[in-house]
Amino acid sequence: MSTTSIHVELWQVAASLVLVALAAAISRWQRADLERDIVVATGRSIVQLTLVGYAIKLIFEADTIWLVLALLAVMVFFGAVTARHRADKVPSSFGPLLIALALAGASTLGLVVALGIFDPTPRYLVPVGGMVIGNAMTASAVALNRLGDEMADARARIEATLALGATAREAAAPTVWRALRSGMIALVDSTKTTGLIFFPGTMVGMLLAGASPTDAVRLQLILLYTLLGSVSISALVATLLAYRNFFTPAAQLREL
Amino acid sequence: MLFELREVGLDRGGRAVLDSFSVAIPEGATAIVGPSGAGKSTLLRLLNRLADPDRGEIFYRGRPLGDYEPLALRREVSLVPQLPALLEGTVESNLRYAAELAGEELDVEETLARAGLDPSFAGRDVAKLSVGEQQRAMLARALAQRPAVLLLDEPTSALDHAARDAVEATLARLRRESDLSLVLVSHDPEQARRLGDRVVEMPA
Ligand SMILES: Nc1ncnc2c1ncn2[C@@H]1O[C@H](COP(=O)(O)OP(=O)(O)OP(=O)(O)O)[C@@H](O)[C@H]1O
Ligand SMILES: [Mg+2]
Repeated sequence: MSTTSIHVELWQVAASLVLVALAAAISRWQRADLERDIVVATGRSIVQLTLVGYAIKLIFEADTIWLVLALLAVMVFFGAVTARHRADKVPSSFGPLLIALALAGASTLGLVVALGIFDPTPRYLVPVGGMVIGNAMTASAVALNRLGDEMADARARIEATLALGATAREAAAPTVWRALRSGMIALVDSTKTTGLIFFPGTMVGMLLAGASPTDAVRLQLILLYTLLGSVSISALVATLLAYRNFFTPAAQLREL
Repeated sequence: MLFELREVGLDRGGRAVLDSFSVAIPEGATAIVGPSGAGKSTLLRLLNRLADPDRGEIFYRGRPLGDYEPLALRREVSLVPQLPALLEGTVESNLRYAAELAGEELDVEETLARAGLDPSFAGRDVAKLSVGEQQRAMLARALAQRPAVLLLDEPTSALDHAARDAVEATLARLRRESDLSLVLVSHDPEQARRLGDRVVEMPA
């Protein structure tokens, strides 16, 4: 892969804020009541990305694997904290989410390194790890959000199935299956339409940075497949660990 | 004694649903009556351990209920809940699921007939059954497990007279032909007397 670099001036970033102003104006004009959120989101994006930019710079310069691992661990932790808010109907969802994100990150990064696709250096592990963990977070949050809704809807049917002497796992199986599916479907669908309806971010970034289209496409494919792996693992692990929290050890539905 | 409850209490939402409730339920047929909200459904759920009491003790055939493995207990002491809740699929697939869990052979037609349903119901999609038909499919599903005790929560509440009579006849026949015991919740004192060897009143 060719190494390319472009330089972006600060005034260019400032100029792009015109589009934020446009979004806020539309929101105000149509009373969508999102102006505040838009301002907060913009402010947070500037602060967070700048801080992460410096952190990555430090990590690249230090060039040790330990700092990379520490950064990924922090991402997993905050990913689980964030996903927990989306899964508020699932009792004690933090543990399952933490394990799901850690496993998804470790296994997919471990595999791409073991297969020789990427070198185990900060330059690859940091951006790929960030994408892997971010997508794993979204998938497991969606899956557990759905699990919470489905478990509430299916309470009567699950209890009637337990009444036949089914295990908690058997009684929850259709619900777990639907939750897992909804966690994975978004990425599967966008993988299907990729290139037709939208250009994925990595490819856009590489083209902007001056890489050849062939390189951009190849790297994008690798990343899409890596993300499919991590999204499946995180949704699977999160749902399989979390559904148990709806049941007591005696296979009774917990009162929530 | 089939079941014995000693000073059983259970709290839900900060108040006692059952409080110091004691009763002995022998083999045979016992009807439970009481006003709405008295805790009749809660009592049945305690008997096959879908819930555990907060206070007091429950015995089944002389042994504490907690000594029984819950899954095995539920196949032996089968609950037909107040509101039908079948699994997606056909009536037959529901019967098969239940029979397989209990490790029982299944005769679909015979099991349907016992619940007052004709054989054409086997292939029907449960989502397209009336509530009364679902209620009978739930009863058939419980019977497919050949339980020793049936816990029935208002089993005929959505049925017309003819269907109710068919289900009552089935229950009477089952009791004659096997040594099935029944614990039956009913809001109808007539039905309680018709089906029960004895009637337990639950206080409001
Ligand atoms: N999970 C729960 N949370 C709060 N209250 C509950 C819960 N389960 C039951 N209750 C309350 O406990 C009381 C008894 O409920 P139960 O369903 O056992 O009554 P019931 O005698 O079967 O009434 P019905 O004849 O209307 O079916 C009711 O007042 C009900 O609102
Ligand atoms: Mg009831």
